[in-house]
Amino acid sequence: MIVFDSVRIAYPGQRDAAVEDVSLGCARGIITAIVGPNGSGKSTLVRALLRRVPLARGAITVDRTPVAELAPRALARRVAFVTQREETAFSRTVRDYIALARFPHGDAGGATAQRAIASAVESAAVGALLDRTIDTLSGGEWQRVRIARALAQQGDALVLDEPTSFLDVAHEMQVFELLAQIAGSGVAVLLVSHQLNLVARFAAHIVLLHHGRVAVAGTPSDIMRGDVLERVYEWPLVVSRDPAVGAPALVPLRRQ
Amino acid sequence: MMRHRAWHWGAAAVGLVVVALVAVALGAVRVPLHDLFAIMRGAAPVSTREIVLTLRAPRVVLAALVGAALGASGATMQATLRNPLAEPYLLGVSGGAAVGAVGAMVLRFPAAAWPIGAFIGSGVAVALALGVARGAGTLRAADPRTLLMAGVVVGALANAIVMIALANVPPETVRGALWWMMGSVGDATWTSVAWLAGYALITIVYLLVQAPTIDALTLGDDAAAGLGVQVESATTRAFLTAALLAAATVAAAGLVGFVGLIVPYLARGAGLSRQRDVLVGSLFIGAALVIVADLAARVAMPPSELPLGAVTAVLGVPFFLVQLRRLR
Repeated sequence: MIVFDSVRIAYPGQRDAAVEDVSLGCARGIITAIVGPNGSGKSTLVRALLRRVPLARGAITVDRTPVAELAPRALARRVAFVTQREETAFSRTVRDYIALARFPHGDAGGATAQRAIASAVESAAVGALLDRTIDTLSGGEWQRVRIARALAQQGDALVLDEPTSFLDVAHEMQVFELLAQIAGSGVAVLLVSHQLNLVARFAAHIVLLHHGRVAVAGTPSDIMRGDVLERVYEWPLVVSRDPAVGAPALVPLRRQ
Repeated sequence: MMRHRAWHWGAAAVGLVVVALVAVALGAVRVPLHDLFAIMRGAAPVSTREIVLTLRAPRVVLAALVGAALGASGATMQATLRNPLAEPYLLGVSGGAAVGAVGAMVLRFPAAAWPIGAFIGSGVAVALALGVARGAGTLRAADPRTLLMAGVVVGALANAIVMIALANVPPETVRGALWWMMGSVGDATWTSVAWLAGYALITIVYLLVQAPTIDALTLGDDAAAGLGVQVESATTRAFLTAALLAAATVAAAGLVGFVGLIVPYLARGAGLSRQRDVLVGSLFIGAALVIVADLAARVAMPPSELPLGAVTAVLGVPFFLVQLRRLR
């Protein structure tokens, strides 16, 4: 559904491109993950899809339409974002916050909007939080509420930039289970994450970036290899197989 | 947080009318309530009628308009810049207006031209602040935080220009400029009321239409872009409209500071969170606040009158400090 085709992104005043010749696709019904070390260009790709940074070369398309040709609201009706940072200066109720999702549709308060919001609230299990203000939510609740807001946009794709930062294990798992459920409903989920072990268990397709280029792309088995990850992360590590769930597990080693 | 229904707004409107009637009734000459009703029936003595219709009523209505406009301007600036400390006084708009008005005085233009000078000065200040913000920007046209800093810098420059302009002028010009810079609705006429009302109506309706976009902007640039907002142009449009609304009040009543800071704070404190609600709430609260501040300026130390801007500043500083503490 979402395709990055030979994308190059260069920030003004910087010698090297932030992203160079990156191609990847994100299909409906699965989680596609972009992983890689800090500064490898993951968030830059998301911001380019958001049209917050211009492309120096290549194209990004949504259902074969270049995003550059889509009106901002038309893009927002197709692709919902949970961005890395959200600087809410003023508090509001969770109910009012989720209702902001209907901005691209221009139907706030209408019956369609109410149905979309009710469905999103149920999917993300945030019904009990609706009358709370967003400044009273815990980190895990806040991320679920943000995902509910994105779901209420009713896009065919959901893009999330590090949605489990600062979350404990249980809340991380809640978010990943929710994303799996969303992908299972036919939505294309594009996830930027540092949680390689969880990504390997939940994503069907993983793109590993290194210095702005695709180092490896493929299934979790293609990515979760000690030699590949050690080269990209520039740190000694091993990849074992978790005896309990059978998933590949990355274990960083100490230098000494 | 409370959901606001129609009767809340009705109660706010009734409250505002009561405050306005009290302000019309009180002053150097007290006008009993039954005389006010007599005026409405056309049965009051001519002198009372003159006091109310020529002096008090336009003054109170102008105070209400100035307060409503500054409240709406502050609510828009705070949401657009995502900063609860943002307000026209702090963002250089008022300083630019002062330069324009004092410039008109120093250049010996007639008094009628001073508000026009204020209006032009505000426009130049906003353009300068936007230009400085854009010049400091990288990929973005005008970062809200850069805009806030640019406004502070433009305000400081405006203060310096005013001081230089007043350094070598006759004392009466300095006194006139100072009085105007301290803010007053004492010279209100129905003409100035009509002028500001027309201007405020157009800009406030536009800000109400833009309220859902401004709501999205409060989430931050990337999140707003994810909702389909054209962040830079929406920010610039809303900020410019709010700035020119504040400029109109400066042209009509001089510098009345801190209203744009206090009023949205009170509106949000009353449980309002959606931008459209905050805006409407700010109209009512701003109108009532400046009416009461002007009443206090008139009756606090008779027979002399305190500067309106000084009264609002005395009210505003504690709010500023509270907000600063909350931001820590």
